[in-house]
Amino acid sequence: MEGRPFSDIAYEQFLNDEKLMGSRCKECGALFVPPRPICIQCNGSEMEWVEMKGRGELRAFTCISVVPPSMMEEGYGRNNPYCSGVVELEEGAKVVARIEEVDTNKPEEIKVGMSLTAKFLHRDEGEDKKTFLVFKPL
Amino acid sequence: MQKRRKLGRGVAVVGAGMSKFGMFKDKDSKDLFVEAFGEMISSVDKGVDPSDIDALYLGNFTNDFFMHQAHWGPIISDLIGLVPKPATRTEGACASSGLAFREGVFAIASGFYDMVLVGGVEEMSKRSTEEVAEGLALATVPYEGRAGFTFPGVFGALATAYFDRYGATREHLMNVTIKSHNNARLNPKAQFNVSIRDIMEAKVESAKNKGKPLPNWRDEKEFLRDHGANPVIAWPMHLYDCCPISDGAGCLLLVAEEIANNFTDDPLYVIGIGQGSGRGLHASDDLTYFEATRYAAKEAYEMAGLKPEDIQIAEVHDCFSIAEVIHIEDLGFFKPGEGYKAVEEGLTRLDGPKPINTSGGLKCKGHPVGATGAAQLYEIWEQLRKRAGKRQVPTKDLRIGAAHNLGGTGGTSTFTILERR
Repeated sequence: MEGRPFSDIAYEQFLNDEKLMGSRCKECGALFVPPRPICIQCNGSEMEWVEMKGRGELRAFTCISVVPPSMMEEGYGRNNPYCSGVVELEEGAKVVARIEEVDTNKPEEIKVGMSLTAKFLHRDEGEDKKTFLVFKPL
Repeated sequence: MQKRRKLGRGVAVVGAGMSKFGMFKDKDSKDLFVEAFGEMISSVDKGVDPSDIDALYLGNFTNDFFMHQAHWGPIISDLIGLVPKPATRTEGACASSGLAFREGVFAIASGFYDMVLVGGVEEMSKRSTEEVAEGLALATVPYEGRAGFTFPGVFGALATAYFDRYGATREHLMNVTIKSHNNARLNPKAQFNVSIRDIMEAKVESAKNKGKPLPNWRDEKEFLRDHGANPVIAWPMHLYDCCPISDGAGCLLLVAEEIANNFTDDPLYVIGIGQGSGRGLHASDDLTYFEATRYAAKEAYEMAGLKPEDIQIAEVHDCFSIAEVIHIEDLGFFKPGEGYKAVEEGLTRLDGPKPINTSGGLKCKGHPVGATGAAQLYEIWEQLRKRAGKRQVPTKDLRIGAAHNLGGTGGTSTFTILERR
């Protein structure tokens, strides 16, 4: 773990292993998810990996009905919207992710502030394996 | 540390033009730019010889994606006879021509050039809605695309954060839409130059002709609440919260202040320019304002020695209804959390104390993304020089106008203040 660069690629490799990882600045303690190689608080470049517990609260969300082609392939569209949101983790950092297991046809019932927990959605296998971070209600 | 900025020498706007905005099957980017350029040339009161133009700065976001053709600087430069003079394309997503204007100002202020053409063009309507959504999503930050966010999705999410913080609702955003349409009704170049009431009447008429049951909306808000008439795009953003897919072009002629009177006795002076950048949603410390806009505004106000209350009229980047509300707060016109109330009270109407988006805004005038920044400044040019026709603001001693252009999901923001002396 120690040897990996604080990069998007490493972040996604960790997601493949069902780990939500961030970087913490050794100088000032600022936390970044996804990881950053350079601290934007103090400009320090000494970072360490930290694993997130995967719990948080919904800060903002949307239920998308007019969907990009890639989501259309997954069966989403005007009659089957999907939810994307901004989640503030218990550790304080925010991440953007799909929100599952909410009724996207009743967005009025989805509430900013609701508690969420992470899950990992795997797509494809081997070299092409991709893992999407998603959250669901706790 | 942000210092007070100043130009090496003064810069003035002496001409401006814009094409009609809309979805055109029979016009391409070149046709649209020629239209804007032609109007710009004829707008120069004492005339101009285009061969005196030293350089072109052209904003274009992603005709690469929309038209499978990149490198638009020399294409446009050749079109209007400027080759072999330098042509530079600027890309700042939807703020691409806000950047072109700024670069043109710097080029003159540095003393290097005396006359520069700045503008923008975008051609979007030849793609399907889904493809345009995909093209625009190129300007989100990478994580947002991965999480499924589209452009309307990002602004929808900002709306939920704003609603949660300040108690505003969808009903408040409808006030923005209704106002924009009322203004665009008076703008012959707008893509939708109709009021919401006009649209309602047309729909009733069409139902009547087709022998269908007649819709019975009591007022504009009831129409906007109707999911059939105003379907959801990315909740809470509905169709009428979103700017359309558009084609269009705009341009302005900039010259050194000391030669401005060779071209007109009524130039506009560039007294403040600001630009800021911002982060994605996940890295923003708050989701109810744009850091880039606040920075750009501060830079421009300090340069001009002005306060937000000194701006008499403004074009503001209303790609979505919520964006107008947030930006009139970020630009300091209203306090955070007060923007939606100001719109509700009519303060931003054409005849209000702070007219916002007299052109109809991106929502109704149209939003050919790379052309928008130039078209916003064109509106300020028309208004300050009292040539805005039926939508001319009645403001007394109208002197100071400004335009705010946002790129991406807040990644780039420009704010430009013009003065008529």
